[in-house]
Amino acid sequence: MGGDGSPWLPNVIAVAPLRHHQRAGTALRSAALLLFSSLLLTSCALNEITDEASGTGTATGSLSGIGASSMSVAQENWIAGFQTENPRATVVYAPEGSGAGRDAFMGGGADFAGSDRAFSLSENVVGAFAGCAEGSVALDLPIYISPIAVVFNVDGVDDLRLTPEVLAAIFNGTIPTWSDDRITTLNPGAALPDLQITAVHRSDDSGTTENFTTYLHNAANSVWGDEPDGTWPMQGGEAAKGTSGVLSAVRDGVGTIGYVDASQAGDTATAAIGRADAFELPTAEAAARAVEASPVEDGRAEHDIALQLDADAPGYPIVLVSYALVCQQYNTPEKAALVKDYLGWIASAEGQQSAADRAGAAPLSPALREKVLAAVESVR
Amino acid sequence: MVARSVTPDVAQGLRRSPKRFGDTLFRGLSTGSGVAILALLAAVAAFLVGMSIPALTADAADLPFGEFWSYVAPYAFGTLWAAALAMVFAVPLAIGIALFLTHYAHKRVRQVFGYIIDLLAAVPSVVFGLWGINVLAPLMRPFYVWLHEYLGWIPLFAGPVSGTGRTILTVAMVLAVMVLPIITAMCREVFSQTPRLHEEAALALGATRWEMIRTAVLPYGMPGIVSGCMLGLGRALGETMAVAMVLSPAAVINVHLITSSNPNTIASNIALSFPEAYQLGVNQLIATGLVLFVITLAVNVTARWVIARRSEFSGAN
Repeated sequence: MGGDGSPWLPNVIAVAPLRHHQRAGTALRSAALLLFSSLLLTSCALNEITDEASGTGTATGSLSGIGASSMSVAQENWIAGFQTENPRATVVYAPEGSGAGRDAFMGGGADFAGSDRAFSLSENVVGAFAGCAEGSVALDLPIYISPIAVVFNVDGVDDLRLTPEVLAAIFNGTIPTWSDDRITTLNPGAALPDLQITAVHRSDDSGTTENFTTYLHNAANSVWGDEPDGTWPMQGGEAAKGTSGVLSAVRDGVGTIGYVDASQAGDTATAAIGRADAFELPTAEAAARAVEASPVEDGRAEHDIALQLDADAPGYPIVLVSYALVCQQYNTPEKAALVKDYLGWIASAEGQQSAADRAGAAPLSPALREKVLAAVESVR
Repeated sequence: MVARSVTPDVAQGLRRSPKRFGDTLFRGLSTGSGVAILALLAAVAAFLVGMSIPALTADAADLPFGEFWSYVAPYAFGTLWAAALAMVFAVPLAIGIALFLTHYAHKRVRQVFGYIIDLLAAVPSVVFGLWGINVLAPLMRPFYVWLHEYLGWIPLFAGPVSGTGRTILTVAMVLAVMVLPIITAMCREVFSQTPRLHEEAALALGATRWEMIRTAVLPYGMPGIVSGCMLGLGRALGETMAVAMVLSPAAVINVHLITSSNPNTIASNIALSFPEAYQLGVNQLIATGLVLFVITLAVNVTARWVIARRSEFSGAN
């Protein structure tokens, strides 16, 4: 019943990502094709553009992905890079959201999905994936890692250290002021004023919120009882729209604290998170370290790399890990070959570096990259 | 003799004129436009109802945002509350501006001023949103702190005061600025059409200028003021972007004006939740859109009724 009318809307949204591939053509051609593709939305229109590009790759065919908007900038870059190398291949990524991506992938509506979380063990079972070959499960491949920075704005304070418990207590409102003992004992040198704390969270549904609440849930379970969720789980606290909204609320507000994608934090003061003497700032390197130290979840198949983020791992612990969800076995070898080519490019050192340069992501550590590449090789 | 020979031609010409192509065309075009707007409205309504049915008939446990009516209630309240607050600011100001322009200002000032007000209507709402978060909210925060300190015993100004100033009161002010040009334009139009005789009669009977406005201009303009307000209210109810950007929302029903937990509006909630919604979630969000559609319709019908009732005893006609 629920599916009755919903395909209408995603189709409309999908128009936007399609337009990205027109960079390859000449200005005139892309202007004409902009009209053409938005009117007809035919895949042959897209093939035509890429025919003209230069490149030596041999990949052919078309691949469609739907999923998380968190990695949409990175996907644009990966697609642009991949299609320049492989002029006969077409990849489309529609950033319609993680949930939409997972559903489309399970229903066979997308060749791969982008998701801010891996499939759970109960979801990833034989028969659940209409688009995969009979008897195939899905693989969760971590491809996009981005630290989530805790930004704050308190007059006269540039450095702040917070433990997960204190962070959780700030965000659920149980620590009302900056001069609270629990904060001052962690920051003996800072001149923390007797000022009300305004904790800013996202007002829209977001993977950043999901990963932030996952961290609080895992690392500070005694303080933070709520289950991880893309929408903020409790009443109270300030809310703002999107990364830019949270950031400007923190910057313009008084005594504010919030969480944003680290690549967007700019020169806003960011807190170091950790325990005891191991407090880390949200750098790409520290985030990659924390992800590398995190084990794969128990009970997963050999190449199913669903990470169990270790809240106490060395490195910066609040990390957004986005996965590519692919079939272990596709219906046709051509599709499998294209998936392998594309994901192989994403997980390559070059692909990861391009996401780091353009989207501010943290490149996968070499060890994890090898693991992902091995998993990609296992796709049939 | 000459006249007689001309007359049949003229008569023939007169008889022929209703059949001219231009007449037929124009009649067809205008009738077509009338039908088109009805068809458009019907198409929107059909879309809303069709997409809402899966959410309205689904089991509450299956809905991603929970039971429908308890989900939509805070947003319906927030929509009406924010729009009502906006009208509290906008209506007196708009009437004041319109009176100033039509009855006090010098003719040249009137023209320039009129253009400036109309220009406000051309500013995109995302710009108002940016202005709201970057300028108005930080500007208002100290004032909110002051309000809470001295008037905190009134529930409207209960604390804790928002640390960013992005409260429903700020949103109402942004909305007020957005609807101001609409209401002002309408009021200015009707005030300037007040019959000169009414005004002069009032002045001749010894009325001061304020008394003349009260007895001649305002009663005559009342239906126009009400319809201007309704146009403005329509925009305030449906405004999406500015509210989504400025408001710090929560799913609550309260009348606190200066805290961080403000009731969100339906339109803004759709904008915030839609990008990540899928399947039944999309239907549920569209169903809230249907509720907004019904609210707007109800407000407009009420307004028509008020105007119709008013015109009977306003003495304007």
